[in-house]
Amino acid sequence: MSDSSANMNRSRLVDLSLKIYIILGFAFVFAPIAASFVFSFNSDRFPSIPLGHFSLEWYEAVASDPFAWQGLRNTLFVGVIVGIVSTGLGFGAAYTDFRYRFFGKQIYLALALLPPTIPVVILGLAMLAYLSRINLSGNSLSVIIAHVVICAPFAMAIIRLRLSQMDPDLEAAAWNLGASEWAAMRHVIIPFTKPAILGALFITMAVSFDEFAIAWFVSGLNETLPVKVLGFLQGQVSPRINAIGTFVFVTSMTLVILAQILLTGRSAKVRPVADEQE
Amino acid sequence: MRRSLTLYGLTFSLPLLIWQLLFFVFPLVFLVALSFWTVKNFRMQADLDTVNWATMYGRSVFWQAYGTTLAMASAASVLVSILAFPCSYAIAFKLSETARRWAIFLMVIPFFTSYLVRVYSWQIFLSDAGIINVMLGWIGLGPFGLLNTVGATIVGYLTLTYPLVVLLQLFSLVFIDRTLIEAAHNLRCGRLRTVFAVIIPSARVGLVIAALFAFILSFGDFVSPIYLGGGDPTTLSILITDTTKSGQQWPRAAVIALTMIATLLFVAFVAVRFAYKGRSK
Repeated sequence: MSDSSANMNRSRLVDLSLKIYIILGFAFVFAPIAASFVFSFNSDRFPSIPLGHFSLEWYEAVASDPFAWQGLRNTLFVGVIVGIVSTGLGFGAAYTDFRYRFFGKQIYLALALLPPTIPVVILGLAMLAYLSRINLSGNSLSVIIAHVVICAPFAMAIIRLRLSQMDPDLEAAAWNLGASEWAAMRHVIIPFTKPAILGALFITMAVSFDEFAIAWFVSGLNETLPVKVLGFLQGQVSPRINAIGTFVFVTSMTLVILAQILLTGRSAKVRPVADEQE
Repeated sequence: MRRSLTLYGLTFSLPLLIWQLLFFVFPLVFLVALSFWTVKNFRMQADLDTVNWATMYGRSVFWQAYGTTLAMASAASVLVSILAFPCSYAIAFKLSETARRWAIFLMVIPFFTSYLVRVYSWQIFLSDAGIINVMLGWIGLGPFGLLNTVGATIVGYLTLTYPLVVLLQLFSLVFIDRTLIEAAHNLRCGRLRTVFAVIIPSARVGLVIAALFAFILSFGDFVSPIYLGGGDPTTLSILITDTTKSGQQWPRAAVIALTMIATLLFVAFVAVRFAYKGRSK
């Protein structure tokens, strides 16, 4: 940084070793991800080095497994609905926090943000026991319900962040110009938060795609793809996990990068546009 | 800011409230009730019996698992805090704006990869004929039994927590008032001493919260202890999954879950108290 560039405390050797340390940290984080990618194209039954030859057999094995397709359909079905519902709920909560002050708001916000901090085994057990009590357990609906609980907070956080960039007077200005609350919502708030809404949609879908523990507890026979992977792990060790993992990784990353483009790429542009709209 | 309840306002605030009450608060409350139910002839009955608490708390395997889980999660959160700090420090103070943004982006990626797949991938590295043992073989060492050890479980915990801890530490570090650091330098405070006397105290809240999250995640994780640690020693999370998935002993699983929640609340309380200690705001 500039403040220390001319400083006597600065030593090139220390800086260099710190930068190498960053790279080592990334190596640790990305080693398993990269290995999974590489070995998904490797022919050996028991993955290790030296590598065997290039092969798509694990992708073929997964593609010819009807249960994997069933799992993928469940995952997509659950993910899309979870994305839409939790983004809707999260938007409402973010707007509530943005606009209103009321008694018990702290508790409201705690409810809106706490669920992801509860360990998934505990949440899984609680959901399983509760949902089977009210006869909602063992199907895709139960996975959707449980996933919305943990995904809505993410949507809320993303949309709240966007709203905090907005001048609260904009909405008041719309009211003064004769817009009803609903019209102001439609023409001011929603256009302004649109990138965050889409971002939240993709992020919550991505979270749902990867969530396996709660889904494993409550899904019964309608397994999602990550729950299938857990099944593979429990059974014989199989490089199919790598194939599924790589596929899920590419899907999730596509969603995340889309969200990223929407959240950062547009936010620079949206500001003046939103101002012009007034 | 209007205060009155309107249809408009409720349309936005109520859905989430109702959802989280119905499907988050009620299940957790139900867990408390469930822990007093009894199981007779493989069927659960509503009851008010402390038998599950007595049974679980009377078992040495439960207390062993409790001790193991507490020790491993604490070790993991201390270890990850120490390992992550130089990294987040370097990202915060030694990288350009652009490089820092890239570093943050790269640290976010792991959140969107399957943790299961990464754990399986560590099996490829750590197994007897795995990558690490093959490489050690090249220089005439090993093979070592790396998989199914406590060390492997810790590697799994680090996989789970390292990116999050780096990010949380980073966010507390970038908000440190840089004039403080400059002042320390001007007063001829050495760089290592600046880190311990200025930077760490200023970033204490973030560092403690990061360690707390690492603890919560490791404490509840059941994937690493099973698939990297081989299920031995048993952790509380393994006990819960086993008790739930094999048979109808859900009330006993509820006892374990509630004990875990109580522990986490206690640890979180102590951590937050410690984080804000001496701050009079």
